[in-house]
Amino acid sequence: MLSQPASLVSQFEYGLDAPICLTWELTYACNLSCVHCLSSSGRRDPRELDTAQCLRLIDEFERMQVFYVNIGGGEPTVRPDFWELVDYATAHHVGVKFSTNGIKITPPVAARLAGSDYIDVQISLDGATEEVNDAIRGPGSYRTALRAMGRLADAGFRGFKISVVMTRHNIPQLDAFASIADRFGAQLRLTRLRPSGRGASVWGELHPTAEQQRELYDWLVAHGERVLTGDSFFHLSAYGEPLPGLNLCGAGRVVCLIDPVGDVYACPFAIHESFLAGNVTGAGGFTAVWRESELFAGLRRPQAGGACESCAAFGTCRGGCMAAKFFTGLPLDGPDPECVRGQAEPALATVTADGTPQPSPDHSRRPAPAGGTGAVAGPAEQPAAGPATRPGPVPVTIGRAPVTPTGSGPVAISPRQPPDRACDENPLAGFTMPAE
Amino acid sequence: MTACAASTDDPAAAFDLDAAWQLDAHVSVRPERFGALLYHFGTRRLSFLKSPELLAVVGSLAGQPTARAACAQAGVPAAELNRYQAALATLAASRLICRRESPC
Repeated sequence: MLSQPASLVSQFEYGLDAPICLTWELTYACNLSCVHCLSSSGRRDPRELDTAQCLRLIDEFERMQVFYVNIGGGEPTVRPDFWELVDYATAHHVGVKFSTNGIKITPPVAARLAGSDYIDVQISLDGATEEVNDAIRGPGSYRTALRAMGRLADAGFRGFKISVVMTRHNIPQLDAFASIADRFGAQLRLTRLRPSGRGASVWGELHPTAEQQRELYDWLVAHGERVLTGDSFFHLSAYGEPLPGLNLCGAGRVVCLIDPVGDVYACPFAIHESFLAGNVTGAGGFTAVWRESELFAGLRRPQAGGACESCAAFGTCRGGCMAAKFFTGLPLDGPDPECVRGQAEPALATVTADGTPQPSPDHSRRPAPAGGTGAVAGPAEQPAAGPATRPGPVPVTIGRAPVTPTGSGPVAISPRQPPDRACDENPLAGFTMPAE
Repeated sequence: MTACAASTDDPAAAFDLDAAWQLDAHVSVRPERFGALLYHFGTRRLSFLKSPELLAVVGSLAGQPTARAACAQAGVPAAELNRYQAALATLAASRLICRRESPC
């Protein structure tokens, strides 16, 4: 038989022997201190994997046939061995996409990047104007990013990504972002603000308003074919027409995150000990963590939708994002904090500050000693090694939207689908399931 | 990146079973229980093959004079040939396979 109906989604849900791609944060060191940093980066961790350990990990990726890695940080390019690792990975058939604020994109670097099919670049920009961007990412970051984009474009790098985290302040700039992308021959990639890492402390004031969520949804429906989203807005599909993508949470199933010290987490938005599966330096390496960790085994078991199952929109939003719920203190089997039907509002209203998980680990740079100037309180002032409050394993509920079969035949590709980045946070982003 | 030119007008009918084909040099294939995952480093797109039989066909393309011969080698029954032709056409339209005489 050619086809095995209903098997492919299940294969993904129940996990693969190796991730399709993964996010690998190379360092917690960063020249910036973005207020919403998912990994609470700033200071290098002295336990970060050294070059030899990183090369061994790439060997493992090659053996497992991980197609490529999304390298991030921190600012990965500040690692002295960054280019050595990139070259080693691509020479060993592991593609690289890296995220950067642009600080190290010199003209020679841009020329080199433009010359490789196996390297993709993503420049972070959180405002279409200097004012909006720098309020989030810090002074000078807008100019640095635009300079890097100009250098990539000048070097002939077509289609690099401009990655924007959507906030209350930049949703009115959607068209302006699209213009910037057009100007540099780049592609726009919009992702959701997650209350993860330092994002937890600013989420309340920066996440889109209900009206803006609708505005964003409408914009994505109108411009979806040109814009990447990493499938990060599937909670907005509850408005009606589903957004492109498979809407399957890949955490621990087809993706994961490896942090700079080698800790393996279920997804890039869940850097917290509750989602820690193991460490790549343990016996059996990354392969054993991926295949044998108890946490991942739990994520690959059939999931229930809990309170959301009675909602008419559950079929499209599947209760939203696990990490968003966790870091806002909501039950994982309940609605997403940004549920477009407002179902999370009663629960959110009852969550107290001490009911939300704190970032762990936290590598934020400690503020310079100040004479009681009323500096903004936040994770940066928390001790790096917080109190030993180890929550137990998380009862995880994740899901996917049902897929409508299209066409027939043994091939699972859809050439007319907009060419999404097939592997962002969710490697299935923009991916259409094959005919069954 | 080098394009493997493929017509998008009715690709199934246009796919030439009697030509020599091969996997695009930019494509990595990972066998899975259900068939295979394919990743194209040029287009940066993920695809997959839904059956081990199709994987066998794709795997033998480069070693056979024609796609038809590759199907035969992989044990495709004559009655199924049309479906495999359509499948190969889809692969060609996505640049996952290309004509062997053209550079990949």
